[in-house]
Parts: sequence; C-alpha cells; structure tokens
Amino acid sequence: MKHLPLMVFSLVVFALPLGMGNNYYLMALNIAALNVMIVIGLNLLMGYAGQISLGHAAFFGLGAYFSAVLTTTYGFPAWPTILGAMVVTAGIACIIGIPTLKLQGHYLVMATLGFNVIVYIIMIQLGSVTGGPSGFAGIPGLRIGSFAFESDRKIYYLFWAISIGILSLSLNLIHSRVGRAMAALSHNEIAARCTGIDTETIKIKIFVISAAMASLAGSLYAHYISFISPGSFSIFFSLQTVTMVLVGGMGSLWGSVFGAILMSLLPEILHGVKEYNVLVYGFILMVVLIFFPEGLFPSVRSFVATTFRKKT
Amino acid sequence: MILPDAEKKEAAVLEANKITVRFEGLEALSRLSFAIFPQQIISIIGPNGAGKTTLLNAITGVCPLHIGEIFFKGQSIAGLKPFQIASLGITRSFQQAQLFMNMTVLENVMVGMHPRTTSGFLKAMFRLPSERKEEGMIRDNSRGILEAFGLLSKSGDMAGHLCLRDQRRLEMARAMACRPEILLLDEPAAGLTIREMEEMADIILWLKEKGQTIILVEHNMRLVMAISDHLIVLHHGIKIGDGLPGDIQKNRQVIAAYLGK
Amino acid sequence: MPLLLKLFQFTLSGLTTGSTYALIAIGFSIIHNATGIVNFAQGEFVMLGGMFMITFYGYLKLPMAPAFVLSVFAVAFIGLLLERTTLRCSKSKEIFNLVMITVGASIFIKGLAMAIWGKSAMTLPPFSGDDPILFFGAAIMPQCIWIFGITVSVVAALNMFFIRTRTGKAMRAVAASRRSALLAGIPVNRVIALSFFLSGALGAVAGIVLTPVTTISYDSGVMLGLKGFSAAILGGYGSMIGAVAGGLLLGALESLGAGLVSSEYKDVLAFLILLIVLFFKPAGMFGKGSLRKV
Repeated sequence: MKHLPLMVFSLVVFALPLGMGNNYYLMALNIAALNVMIVIGLNLLMGYAGQISLGHAAFFGLGAYFSAVLTTTYGFPAWPTILGAMVVTAGIACIIGIPTLKLQGHYLVMATLGFNVIVYIIMIQLGSVTGGPSGFAGIPGLRIGSFAFESDRKIYYLFWAISIGILSLSLNLIHSRVGRAMAALSHNEIAARCTGIDTETIKIKIFVISAAMASLAGSLYAHYISFISPGSFSIFFSLQTVTMVLVGGMGSLWGSVFGAILMSLLPEILHGVKEYNVLVYGFILMVVLIFFPEGLFPSVRSFVATTFRKKT
Repeated sequence: MILPDAEKKEAAVLEANKITVRFEGLEALSRLSFAIFPQQIISIIGPNGAGKTTLLNAITGVCPLHIGEIFFKGQSIAGLKPFQIASLGITRSFQQAQLFMNMTVLENVMVGMHPRTTSGFLKAMFRLPSERKEEGMIRDNSRGILEAFGLLSKSGDMAGHLCLRDQRRLEMARAMACRPEILLLDEPAAGLTIREMEEMADIILWLKEKGQTIILVEHNMRLVMAISDHLIVLHHGIKIGDGLPGDIQKNRQVIAAYLGK
Repeated sequence: MPLLLKLFQFTLSGLTTGSTYALIAIGFSIIHNATGIVNFAQGEFVMLGGMFMITFYGYLKLPMAPAFVLSVFAVAFIGLLLERTTLRCSKSKEIFNLVMITVGASIFIKGLAMAIWGKSAMTLPPFSGDDPILFFGAAIMPQCIWIFGITVSVVAALNMFFIRTRTGKAMRAVAASRRSALLAGIPVNRVIALSFFLSGALGAVAGIVLTPVTTISYDSGVMLGLKGFSAAILGGYGSMIGAVAGGLLLGALESLGAGLVSSEYKDVLAFLILLIVLFFKPAGMFGKGSLRKV
C-alpha cells in the first residue's frame, strides 16, 4: 500500500502527545513541524529540481513580518493574512526566481544568499514598520472562530496537521508527471529539455512553491511565539534549513522530514549549551557531508536493509 | 538542392534553408540546405568533424542558427527552445545515451510522454481523478512501448544498470513515447557488436514501416547502406552529396573527402 | 565641505576598505582556480587574522612585526588544516558537497571563535597613531595608508610569485588545466594545499589591517567573506586583476553610497551590486567566463 508510510507517520504524530506530560518538548516539536514545512519545499527545490537556495530564511521572515505587522498594527484577520502573505511571498519569489534560476552552481548560491542579506537588512532598518533589531511583539495567537489555539498541545495538532497535509501533497507531486519531469531535470537538464520538458518554468514554479511553504511556516511562527526579531531570519537560519535537507538526504522527502525533526530537537538534546549551538551545527554539517554525503536517512535505510537481509 | 525522387509530390516534413552555425569564428555548418520527406530513413554521413552532430543540435534547438531557416511542416522552428521543438514532434537520441539514471526503465519512457500529457502541479498535488486517469494511460502506453522494444522485463530496473545495447533501445523508446513526427538518432550503432547492430537495423526499419520518419547520423557504412533511403553527405559543414545510396557511393567528391585529399 | 571634496573623501575611504575586499577576493580566486570550489570559510580566515593579532599583540604583548607574522602563519596553517582534514577526507568529491563542507567549516570556526574569544567586538590600535593626514584637502587616517600600502605590496609580491617562481607557475598550470598539470608531473595535491595556505594568509592580512579601522568580532567573517566574494564576482571570477579591480570598485561604490545615499543600507548596496552583476553579466569585468572549472 503506497499510503502506508504516511498513515503510520500520522498515527505516531497524533498519538505522541498523549503519552507525553512534558509541555517543554511539545514546544520543540511545534517548531519542528514548522521546520518540516520549510524543509519539504526546500527538498523539492534541491533534491528534485536540482537547484540550491541559501536564502529561504528570507521567505520565512517575509511571511512572519507580513502576518505580524498586518494583524497587530492594522488589525487584519489572521488566516486571510497568512494566505495573503503566501501570495505576496510567492510573487516576490517569482520576480527573484526568474533571473536567479538562470544561474548555475556558485552563482545561484550567491544570488540567494545576497537576497537573504538584503531582506535581512531591510527588516532591521525599516524600524518604524518592523520594530527594528529589537523585534516586533504582541502578535495575536491563532484562533478559528471562538476556538483559540492557546496551549502548546493545541498548536501541536494544528501545526502537525498542516505539515502532514503539505507532506502528503508533496508526495503526490513527486509520484506524478510533474515529479518525473523534476527528477529528469535534476539529473540531466539538456536531455530533459530535448524530451519536451519546459525546465525553466518548472524550476520557477518549484521555487515559488517552496517560498510559499516557508512563508506559511513564518506566519504560523509569528502567531505562535507572538514575538519575532530579524535575528531569526538571517542567513544562519537558511544554512540550518539546508543542513536539515542534507542531513536527511537530498533525494528523499522523508529523509528531510526526519532531518528537520532531528535538527530541531538537537538543541533540546544538547541541553542548553546555547553558546555551542553554532559550533555543533557546523560540526554536524561537516561530519554528515564528509562521511554521509547521501544524507543520514538513506544510510540508515540501507543499513537497516542489509542488517535484516543478513538475518533471513 | 537535388530532389531525391522526381515523382515525389509530397511536401517535405523538414526543410533547411542555407543554415549556418558558427562556433568561435569557425563555421560548423555552412549554408546548408536540404529537404526531408516523410516515412523515409535519411542518413547524414561524413568524416569526423563534418558537423553531423551540430546539425542535429541545430534542428533540435540546442545550438542556435546564425543564418538560415529551418521549417518543420511548413512552420519555422529556428529560435525555438529545445522543449518546444520536442513538443512539436522532433525527438532525438544522443551519441552517449543521456538516460535519466536516477529513474527506472519504465519511468524513463514515462518521461518521454511529457509533451503529450498535461497534468500540472495542482492536479498532481491533489490527485484529481483526471490526473490519476492520465497517469494510468501514461503507464499503460509506456509499458506498450517497452514491450515493442523488448525491454518490458526490465521495466523496474534502474536505467543505469542496463547494458549498452539496452540503454540505446531505452533512449529510442523514450524518444518514441510521444509519437514524434521525426526521430533523430545520433550514432545508434556506436559501440555495438555486429549482431547488436543488425538488431538495431531491424528496429529502425520496423519503425519506418510503422510510418516513422527517421534521420540518422552514423559512421558505420554497413548500417547506413543497408537501411537508408537517402543520404546527405557533409564535409567541414558543407553539403557535398545529397542522393540515393547507390549514387553517393560512386560520387568522387565524397570518396575524396573520406580518403583525404 | 564642497561636493567634489566630499566625493574625493568618500572615494578614498572606499578604496581603503576596497583594498581589503581585494585581498579577500584574491583569496577566493586562488582556491577556486586550484580546486574549482568556492571556499566559504574565507571570511573566517579574515576574522581569525584579526583575532590572532589581537591575542598576540594585544594580550601577549608581543612586538608588532612578529605578532603580524605569527598571526598570518597561524591562519595560513588553519587554512591548510581545513583542506587536509575535511576536504581531503570527504567521501564525495562533488563540487556542491565540498562547497557545503566549507560552509560547515565556516560555521564551525565561527562557533569556535565565539567560544574562545567571546561575543564582544574587539579592536587594535592603529599601526602608527590616529592623527589624520591631509591629502589634497581630504583627511585620511594613517591606517588607511598602511592598508593601501600593504595591499599593494602583497599584490605585487603575489604577481612576482605567480610569474617568476616555479611554484607559482605550477599553480597557474593547475588553474589552467588540472589534467594537463597532472600529466606534466605537477603535484596537484600540494598545489591545492598551498592554495589554501596562501588564501589563509591573505585573509589574515586583510583582517589584521582592517581591525584598527572597524572592530572585529566572532561574527565579522560572514559579511567580509560575502563582500569579498561579491568583489571577486564583480571583477570577474578567477582573475587576479579582476579581484583587485572588483574589490576597489566595490569599496568605492559602497562608501559613496553610504555617504551620499544612506549609511544604514550600505551593506544592501554591496549585495544589490552583486545581484545586478550576477543577473546581467556573471562574467564580471575581467571574467574568464563560466564559474565551472574541471
């Protein structure tokens, strides 16, 4: 059954909080859900469409500030604003994407980095709107009608429902005509073009979709934490999301999901060694890339496969 | 320009008019003109560096024309992007098989059907019934093509695991998946044994029987003489011969080009 | 101050920072020419140069010249170590992989610096006092003359090295064609190691001369690296003249932009220039063309 992994995963996700009393881990898992949203989009872009973006924190931040400012300063309703943010971010991604995705390799990386830095600086400098370097506070929480998502547990179910929804849509996409076209273009772009695939348009569409996913995660983040500051949207966060994709394995959507969960929980596992956060991230990135270039997930999967094969 | 058969009144399916391609000051193709008629096997031959693969690249839009026009079924295709030309109905194989190694044999052929199918992002993400139906059709059609090319038993294998002969066939199957008007083959016999080459000749003849127009770039004279309806000879990017195989064989200019002056 | 004089002043100070960008850009080019990768840790070499100098000269109170030499060698050695350990041991030699390893290394080095030297910004006293010197009506700090002078000397020395010495020629051979160099018996691996050593040294020099002008902290490497890279692309990736021209131009434009338009968005200008160059003329001013080297 093709849907079995997704169903099992969903069951585990929904059953987990029932066995957990500690709300502290719930918060980390909520952030993990948001990271999963970003990372799925990034994986489609990197693993399946063969592009790179070291600037996705910018889209995450655009979603966060768009929602924050419009709902707090101007009193717009939350959910339509979230959708609006996605549309605006998608538009910006389209404008940036068209010239950027024509670039290759290092040029592409630098362009996305440059974009991230520009957005980051604007967030800091546009203080009257964004609150500047000290951040923006007082963002209202999420609610549907009179039901307010005010506990970590309620947010958990909301965020993971959305994440699993996005995961499901993305899995559908991969196993389709478009998914095959993406895989073809990531492997051999000229052959893909000669086979009738409009590679340029597909690349842009994937870029836009991944930007929209990041924007969604950003908006939800803003409403959840109720306070945002530019520091969360710097190129370091972009690097963290790329690390999650690489740790999980670029060619595997599920790998990225687990990579995101693992790296999101890592700070908690490492227990408050905040000063070494940066050091550890760099170290893990290097170790994974040097010894597990395919990612941890494919390595684990083949390890499990060979181990069980030996036993029978 | 010599018409191959004076009685033929059909319109040419592909026409090149004085096409010129330049690379860094050198003319890889020089004022080349020819016409390709439907349901024929036309071989492009010539010594190394004659511009044969460049010609295929020019037709498929991979490299740009500096001067001249190419007409496909009367419509100008110069300046179109490769994916547009493929969608219009001209597909190709490459000198070194450019398969999608990260996909299975079946998936490679399914990709070949891309230009004839339409399900886009939204339909795919939400698994709409029309997308599911199209996906089933793509799968069935692809399996049919694999069967015709003798590769059905390997449909689940990764493309990279096939032997050379099968890789060549898979590339042809992929190119045929969208039912192109014209199939371009770039040195399909290169690296094959004599037996495999004979099988390749059978496949190409069988395709022609089914109504396919095929343009072949090939070094192997045995294959060329055995199956071609018509030859075009290139030398240093210039056409030095355009006619029936028997006539070309006796053409002194062609012989001189191959033996070297 | 009349406008022309202001422009002159801005341009001069811009050429100063531009010189350091040029040094950083050359560092990028050397590694790229030898290996085909972009070394994202280049910026950290700059930061480390400043940090080491502060430690040797500021804390350990060594005299300036030995502290300078020691710092440069320390960072050059770290550059060498980076190549020998991480890149050499990598299972995958794919360019993207190696580049991301340098990204990881840059984060690691940054984290290490944060752990060792803390988060606060530090500085060095200027090499020869801070009384401004008048130059055709514009006031420049003596440190700027040092920066310019040292940059010119370094570039001249490098030029000599590449053109006159055997090792330098070997490096140019590897840059032109790795395969041919291998066939000619050139020890390509040693050339690669040397390129990292040199880039580390160059980065350190840039960091040391820059620290008295702007402060330095564990975080400084990122921006400087990115700007140095922008300069390299602006000038034309892979070419030393390009790196120098790109660095000077970027510094001048940045300074003019900060002075005439807005100083808060100064950094935006650098990256906007980067994006514009990438979108319209990726080869840059003196570029050799594609960023891909086989």
